[in-house]
Amino acid sequence: MIRAKTAYRTWRDRWRRLTARKYFWPAVLTAGLAFSIAADKYDFVDLYVQLIIIYVGINIILTVSLNLINGYMGEFSVGHAGFMAVGAYTASLLTVYAFPPGLQQLLFPLAVLAGGLAAALIGFLVAIPSFKTRGDYLAIVTLAFCMIVKSVLENIDAVGGPRGLLGMEKLTTLPWVFFWTALSVWVIRNLVYSNFGRGVLSVREDEIAADLMSVNTRQVKIIAFIVSSFFAGIAGGLFAHALQFINPRMFDIIKSTDVLIMVYLGGIASIAGSVIGAVIYTILLEILRPLGVWRMVFMPLLLVVLMIYRPRGIMGLRETRLFEPLSDLATITLWRQKKKEAPDGAP
Amino acid sequence: MAYFFQQLLNALQLGSIYALIALGYTMVYGILTMINFAHGDLFMVGAFFCFLLAVYLKLSFVPTLLLSMLGVACLGVIIERLAYKPLRTAPRVSAIITALGVGLFLENFTLALSPYPKHIPPLLKNVTWTVGELSISSLQVLVIVLSLGLMLILDFVVWRTKAGMAMRAISWDKTIVPLMGVSVNKIISLTFAIGTGLGGAAGVLYSLAYPVIDPYMGIMVGWKAFICAVVGGIGNVRGAMIGGFILGAVEILVAAFFPSTYRDFVAFTLLLVLLILKPYGILGRPQPQKV
Amino acid sequence: MALLDLQHVTHRFEGLTAVSDFNLAVAPHELVGVIGPNGAGKTTVFNLITGVYRATEGSIRLEGRELVGQTPHRITASGIARTFQNIRLFRELSVLDNVRIAHYRQMAYSPAEALLHIGRFRAEEKRITLGALDLLSIFKLDDAANEKAKNLPYGLQRRLEIARALATGPKLLLLDEPAAGMNPNEILQLMDFIRWIRRTFDVTIILIEHQMRLVMGICERLVVLDFGATIAAGLPSEIRTNPKVMEAYLGEEAAS
Repeated sequence: MIRAKTAYRTWRDRWRRLTARKYFWPAVLTAGLAFSIAADKYDFVDLYVQLIIIYVGINIILTVSLNLINGYMGEFSVGHAGFMAVGAYTASLLTVYAFPPGLQQLLFPLAVLAGGLAAALIGFLVAIPSFKTRGDYLAIVTLAFCMIVKSVLENIDAVGGPRGLLGMEKLTTLPWVFFWTALSVWVIRNLVYSNFGRGVLSVREDEIAADLMSVNTRQVKIIAFIVSSFFAGIAGGLFAHALQFINPRMFDIIKSTDVLIMVYLGGIASIAGSVIGAVIYTILLEILRPLGVWRMVFMPLLLVVLMIYRPRGIMGLRETRLFEPLSDLATITLWRQKKKEAPDGAP
Repeated sequence: MAYFFQQLLNALQLGSIYALIALGYTMVYGILTMINFAHGDLFMVGAFFCFLLAVYLKLSFVPTLLLSMLGVACLGVIIERLAYKPLRTAPRVSAIITALGVGLFLENFTLALSPYPKHIPPLLKNVTWTVGELSISSLQVLVIVLSLGLMLILDFVVWRTKAGMAMRAISWDKTIVPLMGVSVNKIISLTFAIGTGLGGAAGVLYSLAYPVIDPYMGIMVGWKAFICAVVGGIGNVRGAMIGGFILGAVEILVAAFFPSTYRDFVAFTLLLVLLILKPYGILGRPQPQKV
Repeated sequence: MALLDLQHVTHRFEGLTAVSDFNLAVAPHELVGVIGPNGAGKTTVFNLITGVYRATEGSIRLEGRELVGQTPHRITASGIARTFQNIRLFRELSVLDNVRIAHYRQMAYSPAEALLHIGRFRAEEKRITLGALDLLSIFKLDDAANEKAKNLPYGLQRRLEIARALATGPKLLLLDEPAAGMNPNEILQLMDFIRWIRRTFDVTIILIEHQMRLVMGICERLVVLDFGATIAAGLPSEIRTNPKVMEAYLGEEAAS
């Protein structure tokens, strides 16, 4: 028992030292990118597995971005699928109708980016009601938004109406998914560890106190909604070009519920939790596929049990050191050292 | 003009069903400040109970309605005890997610047992009366009258009985009520029983009016009823009724005068406008902020 | 010229007048106490100054600039900071982050720089962090910098709230019942502490308090509120013998 404990400690310390190295993240990212390019090019990974990895990536983007609103800002948005739909349709319309056939692969990142920007614009509009209403009323606003998006798409024949949109090439490849996933995690991590991000957190903790501590709460909410919806749009663009087919029903409230489950499973206000939640949920659903319908009976039960025993999710309100910026830790250490060397005469 | 009244009647029918479901949301919210997102699925279970009782036990309308209500009420109380009670002190969102999980469970469990949509046999003889150009079916009248009757009974319970007073007291201040010798657990169970029982009744009435049922029927209807509760001012029983009738009227009237695919779009846009104008619903009041 | 000048400030909630015709001019570096029985409208005065409520009538000026109608974060940015009667820290955040958030208006980087951690971000973030740590060390809270605020003992939470308020860089500090829950010995320490804050951070202080011992001990001037109206104002020695004040505090019989 004691030996197991010491062994655990030594390995934990080794892991901590390793992850605290400056080259840790660059190494991991390079390796990941190299692997995804190789897997894409030489097909040594089963296509089915590749597809699952793509879905894991898309779900990580969705979960991290929704966690910004629901976890870090403490609102309850159920409209994430709506933003995803905006991104998916924008990107697909560009690749199907606007881009010349030969340049599709080259221009694909632009299509995804355009999807993200379109979703961000809508996100800005949804942020406005959040100035005044909170909690359940904001939940309804996002719910209504999600249903309006679906309803509008069903009524525009140019985008296929209720039948949906076809004709996208399979442009979502492993390297692109890896790139966008890493980017979304990195950007949201950056935001959270900045004073704007702390502003987002302070809105969750106590909005009135935040305002009285000079936090421009409106600015903070706009930033959070824009960033969150931007990445939901990115995920939508990737999703559309992985499945090569979209219709309005894919982006209804059930899709939002899926993302909500991943957020709260992994844990609120945690980057690591979002990644864990998305990975576990997606992979578990695949593993349980042989169960057929009973899979979706079993999963919700698991969620309920988890909520009862861990109401804040696996990593709720905690973060691994992995995602804390090294510069921030370095500043604090530096200050501590200086203080030790020259203890000042504060009262 | 007759067309308008005809549609108004349809609106009353749909609205009364929405209102019955919205009551369940609002009662639970009022007492626990928790959104029971499984409520729409309990409504669906009500419809399936109706199917089971009517088809396999060949019961007539009244026992079917009563037993379905009772069954759903029991289920509601059990769900509260097993899934929600342990989370009363947890962050509010955990309870909401649990409710979403319970809802998913009910949907898919029903789906696993009954993969195809079911057809409800006509439990009552449907007579159609013609008044001028207006045709009124006995079914429509029954749905409206029964819903209104149930709502009146509920209103009486909430405002005129001791249990109702305890409910209102708990929704006002949860910490002080136990000191008055009221068992909070009992009152919460009672609230769940009544709220979900009304949802079960709505399920039966809905499946009489629109006789094809499937396990996912509760999702959209449930979210819409939740919207009704919010529009009326969540936590407010009379508000939920008003919200139900408003949404029913909007949906039917939009479908009557525009292409039916515009129904959801117009309904939800109106809802957004209303919430921006009255951020706390029609009968809701903002909680005063203490600083 | 007065630093803060309130003229004829009135506030009504749904027919109830919480504050009526309140006047107060505070000179730079003054330490003014606002006292009065429960529900007299003391905290409402703070809420009006900081923009949580909007005054129904009257004007509130800081260095001549009108504050009525401005948002709370603007008012805080122009130099007024406060603490709360019942502590309102960001409970789930670290002590350090509580103080860093209060630097919000002093950030010189844009949201884009924050999202990508480029440009001015690193230097600015370092400056803010060092500033926050220095402030925490002055308040002897630096050892708990990484602790969640809710895990601090009550007394330290009060201290952190003051540190957080000072991090906004105020000219005027509003303290809402800083002695709540303290014993006489702690109150003596608090008196020194408040004087020391005024000296060290060069701020003007307005203090709301129940504890007579505290206000009489350190305030240079007192305003007494009862039912939203000013019933007396002046030096502590004058207030102590004012019959109206005694009546408000002790009831009519005791005063007569």
